[in-house]
Amino acid sequence: MRPRILVRNGAVALSALTLAAATACGGSSAPEPGTAAAPGRSGFTPPKLDAPKSLGAGEGQVNLVHWAGYAEDGTNDPKVDWVTPFEKATGCQVNSKTAGTSDEMVNLMKTGEYDAVSASGDASLRLIASGTVAPVNTSLIPNYAGVFEGLKNKAWNSVGGVAYGVPHGRGANLLMWRTDTVKPAPDSWSVVFAPASPYAGKITAYDSPIYIADAALYLMATKPDLGIKNPYALDDGQFQAAVDLLKQQRKLVGEYWSDYTKEVQAFKSGDSVVGTTWQVIANVAKADKAPVEVTLPKEGATGWSDTWMVAAAAKHPNCAYKWMDWIISPKANAQVAEYFGEAPANSASCELTADPKHCETFHATDETYFSKVWFWTTPIAQCLDGRTDVKCKDYSEWTRAWTEIKG
Amino acid sequence: MDQGLDRDQGLIPAAGVPAPAAPAVSPPHGKEPTLNTTATAGRAPRRRLAAFLHRHAGVRLSLLLSAPMLWLGVAYLGALAALFVTAFWSTDTFTGDLVKEFTWANFQDLFTGEVYRTIALRSVGVAAAVTLIDLVIAFPMAFAMAKLASPRAQRWLVIAVLTPLWASYLVKAYAWRIMLSSDGVLGWGYGLTATVLTLSYLWLPYMILPIYAGLERLPGSLLEAAGDLGARGWRTFRTVVWPLTFPAAVAGSVFTFSLSLGDYIAVKIVGGKSQLIGNVVYDNIGAANNLPFAAAVATVPVMIMLVYLTAVRRTGALENL
Repeated sequence: MRPRILVRNGAVALSALTLAAATACGGSSAPEPGTAAAPGRSGFTPPKLDAPKSLGAGEGQVNLVHWAGYAEDGTNDPKVDWVTPFEKATGCQVNSKTAGTSDEMVNLMKTGEYDAVSASGDASLRLIASGTVAPVNTSLIPNYAGVFEGLKNKAWNSVGGVAYGVPHGRGANLLMWRTDTVKPAPDSWSVVFAPASPYAGKITAYDSPIYIADAALYLMATKPDLGIKNPYALDDGQFQAAVDLLKQQRKLVGEYWSDYTKEVQAFKSGDSVVGTTWQVIANVAKADKAPVEVTLPKEGATGWSDTWMVAAAAKHPNCAYKWMDWIISPKANAQVAEYFGEAPANSASCELTADPKHCETFHATDETYFSKVWFWTTPIAQCLDGRTDVKCKDYSEWTRAWTEIKG
Repeated sequence: MDQGLDRDQGLIPAAGVPAPAAPAVSPPHGKEPTLNTTATAGRAPRRRLAAFLHRHAGVRLSLLLSAPMLWLGVAYLGALAALFVTAFWSTDTFTGDLVKEFTWANFQDLFTGEVYRTIALRSVGVAAAVTLIDLVIAFPMAFAMAKLASPRAQRWLVIAVLTPLWASYLVKAYAWRIMLSSDGVLGWGYGLTATVLTLSYLWLPYMILPIYAGLERLPGSLLEAAGDLGARGWRTFRTVVWPLTFPAAVAGSVFTFSLSLGDYIAVKIVGGKSQLIGNVVYDNIGAANNLPFAAAVATVPVMIMLVYLTAVRRTGALENL
């Protein structure tokens, strides 16, 4: 029985999609503006597993775990369907299972009943470390060649230069403001962090522990003496500085948002006038006639990028490989990126989107834009920036700190 | 009595077949037992079973109670026990696996962290405020329904009270969000007050119905007697109505209090930047995958509810649920 993804319209669907998007946040350090060691080589040793050398015939079906909207088969909207053509082309029947959070994905993958997962960066390293997913032989995936170089072999989808999946798409967490109240147009995150911000009480922030990274990113630019090299690798002192900044920011915050209908509505009504957002939210708000603009501030931004990974114990590995090849093929990747509201992973997708300006809107081909984006990743005790002399704060500590920040 | 028992017994062996009455009586529908041999063959063991059950009250009772007891024991108490046990474990933060070794760490964090105390007290405050607001609104409403409305109007009023329950929780919460937003009808903004308001609206029917049921059982003659003896409205309420409906009000408060105590969605939608216990549990499950700590936090509302229910039991309110 195929689980139905929620229909597209309505608060529930939106919030589900948003939850998905909210947690569909992948990755770790973007191409470094500086020249620090790539965090993926920080010396954690994954269990020894081998990628297949060659592919056999399809097994007739494949079990996927994915974010809502990543495997549309036309049941939600007959016009939105890239699964049926895949089934026709490969003979692999897709059994899809939508997950609402990264943790749900990790737990579903650990049952061993699924072949592939669209893991976000806050799940991918965990899946690799626990031996749940296997390395991927990218030479068996013809469409991998078309993927933007800026997405390949990153800390959240590879370890020690070995690829553990194929990139699905990416997006940045931008700064959005209402043009009628926020003047002049901001170009820095200081507008949401500075204690003297004139917009106190109307500032919004993203309601997740991972938002601590946004504060760390701001401190990277404003307090270089803290020595933060990667916003996801924070030792005690750096972490405390970020937490203090956020506790101070709480006085300015009107509300924390985690689902996107909520943020669209807050910007439309003027309850929020400035704060962190996603491109897709800005698009919806603009379509609803809200006077908003977005920018990638000069300090850079955090972002998300998802990876399709294959289970180490996959029962249908051949179909899983066929699916990965399909979902990053120019046409399907264009469809999913447009449906979900993100930048596609395949460079050839840009010519195939229904909206010719889609890639421009989402900066898909703009590597300088993404070079300023630090993709979300799971903070772990082992510092992701390569430091070995200190212990970094892991995600459970981030979560507790977030509870304390909100008070 | 016998008929009732037979009906029950009929449910156990095979539902959907008319149950035999006591063996001496011919079966219903005027069917002769000897009319159809296969039917008789099929019925004989059932009859024996029915007779056996009739003779062994203990077996009958245990069969009847097995399903609810199983549910209570396994699905409910079992789950609570599992929750409590989990609270003493920890998580390997990197692989996300449970580490099943006994540790007090979660409870230490919970009791030493000032923030959790604040949040727990805030949640209890919100739950108490919601309960009081609902009580104040629900009592006059229920009184009007039970004592003043005509029987026909009563039926419609009950339907009217139940109607909001047909709409989705999320839709109602979002409606409040839009009303409270700065350009909305009310425009009061978001925060704890907005949360209390929204929750009071959401749980009001759960308070009205038990009080309505309690007031319906209150004999009208008592009100008349109070009036005949010279009591005015307030005094009648204080000395006659309130003592007799107090258990019903407490029964309603169990709903409003427990539902508010566990809520984490309404506060996300209209709470601005505030958080309640439910949000802490949710963050630890949804974001950090730290089930043991989430379990430890979740024992707090369980304990609060246990204390509350113990206090409630003394009032005899639970008989009215």
